[in-house]
Amino acid sequence: MSSEYIVEVSDLKQYFPVRTGLFKKTPLKAVDGVSFKIKHGETLGLVGESGCGKTTVGRSLLHLYKPTAGEVKVEGTTVTPQNIGSMRSKMQMVFQDPYSSLNPRMTVEDIIGEPFDVHKLYSNKKERREKILELMELVGLNAEHATRYVHEFSGGQRQRIGIARALAVNPKFIVCDEPVSALDVSIQAQILNMFEDLQAKLKVAYLFIAHDLLVVRHISNRIAVMYLGKIIEIADSDELNSNPVHPYTISLLSAVPIPDPKTARSRQRIVLEGDVPSPLNMPSGCAFRTRCKYATEQCKEQCPSLTDRGNNHFVACWNK
Amino acid sequence: MTEYILQVKDLHTSFFTDAGEVQAVNGVSFNLEAGKILGIVGESGSGKSVTSYSVMRILADTGRITKGEIYFKNEDITKYSEKQMHKFRGKHCSMIFQDPMTSLNPVYTVGNQLMEAILLHTDKSRKQAKERAIEMLELVGVNEPQKRYNQYPYELSGGMRQRVMIAMALACEPDILIADEPTTALDVTIQAQILELMQDLQKRLGMAIILVTHDLGVIAEMCDEIIVMYGGRVCEQGTADDIFYNPCHEYTKGLLRSIPDISGSKKRLTPISGTPINLLNLPKGCAFCARCEKAMKVCLSYQPEELEITPGHYASCWLNVKERMEPGKEEARHEF
Repeated sequence: MSSEYIVEVSDLKQYFPVRTGLFKKTPLKAVDGVSFKIKHGETLGLVGESGCGKTTVGRSLLHLYKPTAGEVKVEGTTVTPQNIGSMRSKMQMVFQDPYSSLNPRMTVEDIIGEPFDVHKLYSNKKERREKILELMELVGLNAEHATRYVHEFSGGQRQRIGIARALAVNPKFIVCDEPVSALDVSIQAQILNMFEDLQAKLKVAYLFIAHDLLVVRHISNRIAVMYLGKIIEIADSDELNSNPVHPYTISLLSAVPIPDPKTARSRQRIVLEGDVPSPLNMPSGCAFRTRCKYATEQCKEQCPSLTDRGNNHFVACWNK
Repeated sequence: MTEYILQVKDLHTSFFTDAGEVQAVNGVSFNLEAGKILGIVGESGSGKSVTSYSVMRILADTGRITKGEIYFKNEDITKYSEKQMHKFRGKHCSMIFQDPMTSLNPVYTVGNQLMEAILLHTDKSRKQAKERAIEMLELVGVNEPQKRYNQYPYELSGGMRQRVMIAMALACEPDILIADEPTTALDVTIQAQILELMQDLQKRLGMAIILVTHDLGVIAEMCDEIIVMYGGRVCEQGTADDIFYNPCHEYTKGLLRSIPDISGSKKRLTPISGTPINLLNLPKGCAFCARCEKAMKVCLSYQPEELEITPGHYASCWLNVKERMEPGKEEARHEF
C-alpha cells in the first residue's frame, strides 16, 4: 500500500507526569493533539517558541518517548512499540547539539557505522567500510577523517557526522531538530545547502524543527506553527509568510529581526505582552487567549480546531 | 569635532594557555559616540566578546591586555588600578550577559542584588536604595515590582531575568552599556520585547550601547554603527547602511550572502567555505584569506591596511587597495 504521504500523524498526544505535590502528579501536556501529514520528498517546517512542544513532537514520532495517545503511520504502517526497531530504518533523527549527540569515545567510522551494525546492513567488514566512506563523501567529509574522534572536529563538521549517521540506513524521512541553531551563520549556510542537496538526491522528506523563522522559511515547503502543544496554523511556506492569519503567527513573524536596516526601520513590530503561560496551568479554551488582543468569551470556553481557509491554509482561531 | 565617550586604540588581548598564546584580539580600534548604538558582529571566536570583556577588564585569569589603550572620556583606563576599575564598572560602564540564568546569583533575591550596585556606587541609604531598585524594576517593565523585589531568580522567566539584569546594569545610570548577546537565549517574541526596551531606555537615558551579537538581524534593527570582526581583527567598520548595502570586505559580503533572503525567495545560499579560524595559529597575512575566494598572493603574507572607502566607512581588504592602485606603480602591482 503506497500513499501520497510518507508520514501521517493523527491526534498525537504526549503527556509527562510532573510531581506537583507530595503525592500529586499533574500531567504536563507537552503535545496535545497534533495531526499533520508529510509527502514524499517534502519539507515541513515546525516553528514555535521554547516549550511549545516542537521538539517533543519530533521525538514522539520516533518513539524516543512513548506517546500517550495518537497514531503515527510511516509509509502506511502504524508505528508501535513492537515494530519501532525496524521502523527506525525508515525514519531517523538529526539532533540539535552536535557536541552532546555524538559519543566522544567512538571514532567517526564507528559512529556512522553503528546503524549498519544495528540493522545488519552489510555482509563483511570491507563492505561496511565502503559504505561508511561513501556516506562520508556524501556529506562532505574526507576519508581520512574516518579514524578520528569527535573532539577533533568543528561544530559544522560534527553536524555532518550526525547527518551521515542518520542517512546510514537510507531513511525516507528524517526529523531534523534544530540542526543548524548551534552553528555560526557561515557554517549554517553550508549545512542548509547540504540538506537541500541530499533531498534532491535521495528524495528524503524532512520534519524541520527550528525557531529561526528565516531559516525555516528558506528550507520548507510547508510550515506549521505551534503554541503550547497545539498546531495553530499550517500552510504553504510562502502563503504563511505573506498571509499569516492567526494573531500569534502574525506577531511571531513581526518579531523576527530582519537583516536589512531599511526594512527593519520602516516596519511595525507587534510586540506581544507577557510570557507564555505554564503548560502545567494552561488557560481554558484557546491557549493563546491570555496574550491575544482579539480574545472573546468564546475563546475562554472552547478551544478552536484547525479549519480550512482555502489554498491549503489551516488556522485554529475563532475570530480570524 | 565629535565627542567620543569611548576610544579603543590598537587593542591586543591574549590568553596564555598550556597550548600557547591565544591571540583573541589583534589590534582592534574603534570610537564610540555618546548616545549611539555600536554593534560588534562576528562568528564564535572572532574576538567580539573578548573585546568587550577587555573594556570592562573582566577577562579570565589567563587573559591579559598585551597592548593598546582604552580611553574613557579621554582617560586611559588600561592604566587604572583594580580599585579604580571597581568604581568604573557599574557606575560608568556596565554590562549585561547572554545567559540571564547564570549571571544572576541564585541564592540572593532580585532586590538584594539590585541594591548591591546602588549601595556600592552611590551614597544612598538602604531605604533609598530599595526605592531606587523598585523604581528600576518598574522602568524595565517588570510587572508587580514590589513582589518581584523579594523573589529569587529561579522564580522568574527568562525574559524577566534579562529585564532584571538590565535594571541592575542601569541602576547607576552608566554612560555606556555593553550588551553581550543579550537576546540569544530568548525566544523571538521575548527578544522583540527586550530589544524594544533597550531602544526605549537608550533614548530616554541617553547612554551609549555596545551591542555584541552574531545575529545580523538584531544588528540591522538596533545599530547606528557596525564593526565586523574576524579572527580578532576588525574587517570592516561603518554605518548600518554602509555594511549592509555596500560591504567592502570579502568576509562581510560572504556573511550577508549566507543568510536566507528576506523576500522569502528560495534562492540557494552561498556559504563561506572552510571552517572557522584557529586562534592558536593565526596566519601571517589576512586572517580570512584561507576561506576567501578572491585571495591573492599578498593576502597570505601581509596584513591588509585599513582604507577609508567613504567618510566613516573603513575596510581592511587588499582587494580595495588593489582597486585604488594607480596603473603606473608597476613594481607594487606585481605583488598581487
